Amino acid sequence: MDNEKPIVDFSAIRDALGQDFKPVQVIDGQANVIKPEIVAKYTNDQLVDFLKLMIWERTLHQRSNALTRQGRLGFYAPTEGQEASEMGSNSAMKRTDVLMPAYRDIPQLIQHGLPVYKAFLWSRGHVLGNEYPEDLHAMPPQIIIGAQYVQAAGVALGIKKNGTADKVAYSYTGDGGTSQGDFYEGMNFAGAFQAPAVFIVQNNGYAISVPRRKQTAARTLAQKGVAAGIPSIQVDGMDFLAVHEVTKAAREYAAAGNGPVLIETLTYRFGPHTNAGDDPKRYRTKDEEQPWFDNDPLIRYRKYLTEQGVWSEDIENDYVEQVKADIKDAVKQADEAPKQKMTEFLGNVFEEQPQNIQQQITEYQAKESK
Amino acid sequence: MSKKTYIQAITDALRLELGSDEKTLVFGEDVGKNGGVFRATDGLQAEFGEDRVFDTPLAESGIGGLSIGLALEGFRPIPEIQFLGFIFETLDSIAGQMSRERFRTGGTRHMPITIRSPYGGGTHTPEMHADSLEGYLAQIPGLRVVTPSNPYDAKGLLIASIRNNDPVFFLENLKLYRSMKADIPDEAYTVPLDKANVVREGTDISLIAYSAQVNQSLKVAEKLEKEGISVEVVDLRTLSPLDEDTILKSVQKTGRAVAIQEAQRQAGIAANVASLIAEKGALYLSAPVGRVYAPDTVYPFGLAEDDWLPAEDDIEAKTREILDY
Repeated sequence: MDNEKPIVDFSAIRDALGQDFKPVQVIDGQANVIKPEIVAKYTNDQLVDFLKLMIWERTLHQRSNALTRQGRLGFYAPTEGQEASEMGSNSAMKRTDVLMPAYRDIPQLIQHGLPVYKAFLWSRGHVLGNEYPEDLHAMPPQIIIGAQYVQAAGVALGIKKNGTADKVAYSYTGDGGTSQGDFYEGMNFAGAFQAPAVFIVQNNGYAISVPRRKQTAARTLAQKGVAAGIPSIQVDGMDFLAVHEVTKAAREYAAAGNGPVLIETLTYRFGPHTNAGDDPKRYRTKDEEQPWFDNDPLIRYRKYLTEQGVWSEDIENDYVEQVKADIKDAVKQADEAPKQKMTEFLGNVFEEQPQNIQQQITEYQAKESK
Repeated sequence: MSKKTYIQAITDALRLELGSDEKTLVFGEDVGKNGGVFRATDGLQAEFGEDRVFDTPLAESGIGGLSIGLALEGFRPIPEIQFLGFIFETLDSIAGQMSRERFRTGGTRHMPITIRSPYGGGTHTPEMHADSLEGYLAQIPGLRVVTPSNPYDAKGLLIASIRNNDPVFFLENLKLYRSMKADIPDEAYTVPLDKANVVREGTDISLIAYSAQVNQSLKVAEKLEKEGISVEVVDLRTLSPLDEDTILKSVQKTGRAVAIQEAQRQAGIAANVASLIAEKGALYLSAPVGRVYAPDTVYPFGLAEDDWLPAEDDIEAKTREILDY
């Protein structure tokens, strides 16, 4: 009896899981064009604009890093290494789409319309940073990992119920975020309602210090969408065009009423989790980091466009100086924000003030008028 | 006017608001074709269609997140959490998200969400179905917690909650669903939020209660009246934030107070009432504030429920104790 084969070969099933997910790539790490038909869809000017987006994000990162060290910014989650993943996906969206970001998605928020000085005020801890005009279709960065996913499902269902054409909700989380129940609930709700949502997982290798392999037994994070019955795809997250094209296709699919899509971008967080004391040396080695640094998303596009004769160090330097100047202005603007008042905070708890709020507004008015 | 039970009054409110505001949406587990496990949404999907009244997948956090997203897209969501004991699954949506949105966006976004949920003991439900968890909810800034004690208030408070532009947690007492009937107006009307109601005037002592305990308190008041004791009964209606003026005015008049809740001593709202009186009304008092509550255990097993829940006798005994102090 012992030698008999069991009715099911679970090992074979396990080994097959996720095998069909292969990352989409357009231009590889050595700047070789893997999919010329995709590159051919874009003019060199467009490709230069894409590279500029990544350089903009890198410069914003470098300045944010420096400003944090000078104590001129507060909370900051470094984005270095994730430029193709963040800008590649975000640039495939429309301004009328609704962005539900997390705290590492500040560059996408800014590209979606958030003024840089407001992003800085958010970092410092000022309510003005979260006061978005009505035509900025986004929520402030989500701190609770996964919460933005269930809310994105609601936004997407709202878009569907309103019958708004050519509009989607899109949301970001990381590899750690895929372990949250809300990650699955968000996808599952959007799937069950066939609502137009694009869910993006930036798999940057680490949830603070916990490596991707310890988050889940799943071979890929993309395959987690399969259980929700939604099409899911893995993409080289260091390859701008690959991320952009995949996201664009996902957006079109969702906006056409087919339901949500899940995208996993394979990327890497070059720096610490946040600038609040995280030290990657505690949990990863140089040997592990180096190949990812060599795979920097900027390198391959710089190289490709330099070979095309449309990009050079001088052009880049000029552009970086311009971005830095803009950032300097934004810091200045952020410095002008007025001191926050308890009376104003109290006034923003409810629309119609109950007694406790009324009483406390009176108390703080007295304090603030001193 | 029609005679309606407490739960019929709730259905009535939902029907009227679905009819008058096309942005209202009713959704949750089994609320569609089935009309809810207690039939609170009975017939609403047939009348308003699946676009407005719909079933969700079985996931409370998803329901909470869905509500927030729908509110952002301009809807007025009225989700149901099937039993109050299930809110732990969606506490982030409630405490961490929707109740903070107006504040964190500097008043540029708002969340006109009314979460309905049945609660309260005495019907021998399984675990996690009858707990009085209003104490947790009442600690959340930016969230109103509302609970009616009768069919008239059930309809009027629910309509007021739905029309309010901030999140309201609307607690429906399971035991009152079908045990109370009253003549209520057929048309839409509101009962104000943030306002307690003096349901019986008296001069000797104030019983401050909410939900099913209001009815028990009224019975005690009637009984004591025969002995010449004049008992005032205050129905809190909105548990958070409290209507401090009405409570204090009552205590100023009577000089004695008992705060009554079905929840454990360490939970519920009675402690908030007692602390309010201690802070702002201590000099009105001729006796300490009394409290009636359940013991500080986990909600008990069904067969022990009747021994555990505060009963009319407990209210009567505490009232006499404070009167005789």
